[in-house]
Amino acid sequence: MAIASPDTPVRTARITRVFIYLFLLLFALFYLLPFGIMVINSVKPLSEITGGNMIALPREWTIEPWLSAWSTAQIGVQPTGLRPYFINSLMMAIPAVLLSTAVGALNGYVLTKWRFKGDTLIFGLLLFSCFIPFQIVLIPMARILGILQMASTTQGLILVHFVYGIGFTTLYFRNYYAAFPTELVRAAQIDGAGFFQIFWRIMLPSSGPIIAVSFIWQFTNIWNDFLFGASFASGGAAPMTVALNNLVNSSTGVREYNVHFAGAIMAAAPTLLVYIVAGRYFVRGLMSGSVKG
Amino acid sequence: MGFLDIDNVTKSYGAVEVLHRVDIDVDEGEFLVLVGPSGCGKSTLLNMIAGLEGITSGEIRIRGRVMNGVHPSRRNIAMVFQSYALYPNMTVGKNITFGLEMHGTPKAERDKAMRDVAQLLQIEHLLDRKPGQLSGGQRQRVAMGRALVRDPDVFLFDEPLSNLDAKLRVDMRTEIKKLHQRLGTTIVYVTHDQIEAMTLSTRIAVMFDGHVQQLGTPKEIYDSPANLFVATFMGSPAMNVLPTRLEERNGMLHALLTGADGAERALAMPHAPAAASAHKDAEVLLGIRPEAITDPEGADRKARTIQPMTNRVTVTEPAGADTFVTMTLSGKDCIARMRADAYVEPGRDFDFAINMDKAVLFDPRTEARIA
Ligand SMILES: Nc1ncnc2c1ncn2[C@@H]1O[C@H](COP(=O)(O)OP(=O)(O)OP(=O)(O)O)[C@@H](O)[C@H]1O
Ligand SMILES: [Mg+2]
Repeated sequence: MAIASPDTPVRTARITRVFIYLFLLLFALFYLLPFGIMVINSVKPLSEITGGNMIALPREWTIEPWLSAWSTAQIGVQPTGLRPYFINSLMMAIPAVLLSTAVGALNGYVLTKWRFKGDTLIFGLLLFSCFIPFQIVLIPMARILGILQMASTTQGLILVHFVYGIGFTTLYFRNYYAAFPTELVRAAQIDGAGFFQIFWRIMLPSSGPIIAVSFIWQFTNIWNDFLFGASFASGGAAPMTVALNNLVNSSTGVREYNVHFAGAIMAAAPTLLVYIVAGRYFVRGLMSGSVKG
Repeated sequence: MGFLDIDNVTKSYGAVEVLHRVDIDVDEGEFLVLVGPSGCGKSTLLNMIAGLEGITSGEIRIRGRVMNGVHPSRRNIAMVFQSYALYPNMTVGKNITFGLEMHGTPKAERDKAMRDVAQLLQIEHLLDRKPGQLSGGQRQRVAMGRALVRDPDVFLFDEPLSNLDAKLRVDMRTEIKKLHQRLGTTIVYVTHDQIEAMTLSTRIAVMFDGHVQQLGTPKEIYDSPANLFVATFMGSPAMNVLPTRLEERNGMLHALLTGADGAERALAMPHAPAAASAHKDAEVLLGIRPEAITDPEGADRKARTIQPMTNRVTVTEPAGADTFVTMTLSGKDCIARMRADAYVEPGRDFDFAINMDKAVLFDPRTEARIA
């Protein structure tokens, strides 16, 4: 009745926790399953897959599919493997991420610490750019790249991703810097620091978490982008995503599923790596931006 | 012309004027405290001196040089902020010398200045720490060190103690006062704490609603408040303000009050200001500080007019050094401040002694002091 045993709340809490963990484990396994199957099949000879054995571990282990996907597989008409396209993607993603993050940080700094007439309107417009669907900008962007003579080049793709990313990076940095104490900027002004000195010496050193957020977000989006890549950089300048598609679609004769699996893992690896290395900053940065801002 | 001239300065945000014609001259070595309730415009005025806010009209001069439009870093001022505003990514040493570095002072000179200041403030052992690893009081010292190292003409403090706990606040208050006496620098200090204002300042500007209500020494402000606002804002517990009627009896002005029993109490005011006679037979407000109402033995020996008054005690509140005694006078609560060992019992009549030298009169219509 009213006399509850003293350990009751503790015990129920423990039981609940066991259930929660079981549940989470189940989901984690469920989500890992496709990736596991990809890995398993990328180290099997093709005959084992076509023999109807998708789920089981390989009877004969081989890294041949990986080597083939990387350097000899047929991409479109050339037997180059994915390597040149992987490099294309790196050459595109790294500059675009750095540029859009730098400009976003500067925008966020100005929009919060150097307020001017109409700044909220400008921020609103920048924010609006986050919600413009990709498809709408395709034709104007193609025209601009044509005028700039950057069609079908990696530089062209850098420009597209850089410009498209500014809206997001500005949003991140503005929210983060809105919570950054303005008194620090004022103190630095009295100390005689100028516009860029304040940015470089005071703001940026305290921006680690939000820089991580911006890097991860931008890198994942740019690396995974297919539409812009397919539209503006066909042929030799194509990024990894487009090349993977070509690999899967263009192989003549037998479909080398094991090679496709290996290529798909290669395409996903960099974003996975970025999440594993910087993922905890991502959560921390998003929290500090949204909760305090 | 003073060292720091605030000459008819106003500040507007859009159509709203938040500071109205502020006119203060500060002499070299003065400790001016701007005090007032939240939102009265203290920080705004301080930021205008610092150059962090524009001046809508009027002029601010330091050493005769007009400061309107001059960048904060070229005004030769230093500021200590309420949050201390220490750069979180730099060590204490770097925090202190950052301003010198920005002004192009050579490294050797910077290091010497840093050591001197660190020694003065006793923070030498903290120089390699980051601000996040300091206590509130230590941060406070570092913030002062950052201001001192520049050897500025004017120090500006914006509520520097309000983030500290009560004990530390009192300690740091003394420390700031010592520092001022030792270095003789000119200081403008913002606070909403009237005790800080009284203890630290050589002069106080009491502000309310964007107006300077009164500018004067702590004693002037406390003893001769310009109006009802200053009278009740300064002092704790606040001055008792009692509706009263002035009448002439035996050729002398008397303030007439009603006791707790409903009967009249007449307090003679032989030293009432001359202007008071114009309010004869009219309602005025009588202001008496709690410490001017005591038991007869505790009364000030030097006072010229001590008036006895018997009244019913409502509540007594022993507070260690003093005992606060509450009674009802003219329908208002009236607080008296007694010696701790005065024997007062609630619910009983008590013979009070009122020092009428310290009593002030206010015009109920304009709320200005009758003087
Ligand atoms: N940027 C601004 N735009 C419009 N009004 C402002 C702005 N900044 C301050 N004010 C107004 O100016 C008045 C004075 O503000 P100020 O910050 O100087 O007050 P304060 O006396 O320092 O108060 P506190 O003790 O709370 O710090 C307030 O009424 C405030 O609302
Ligand atoms: Mg303020």
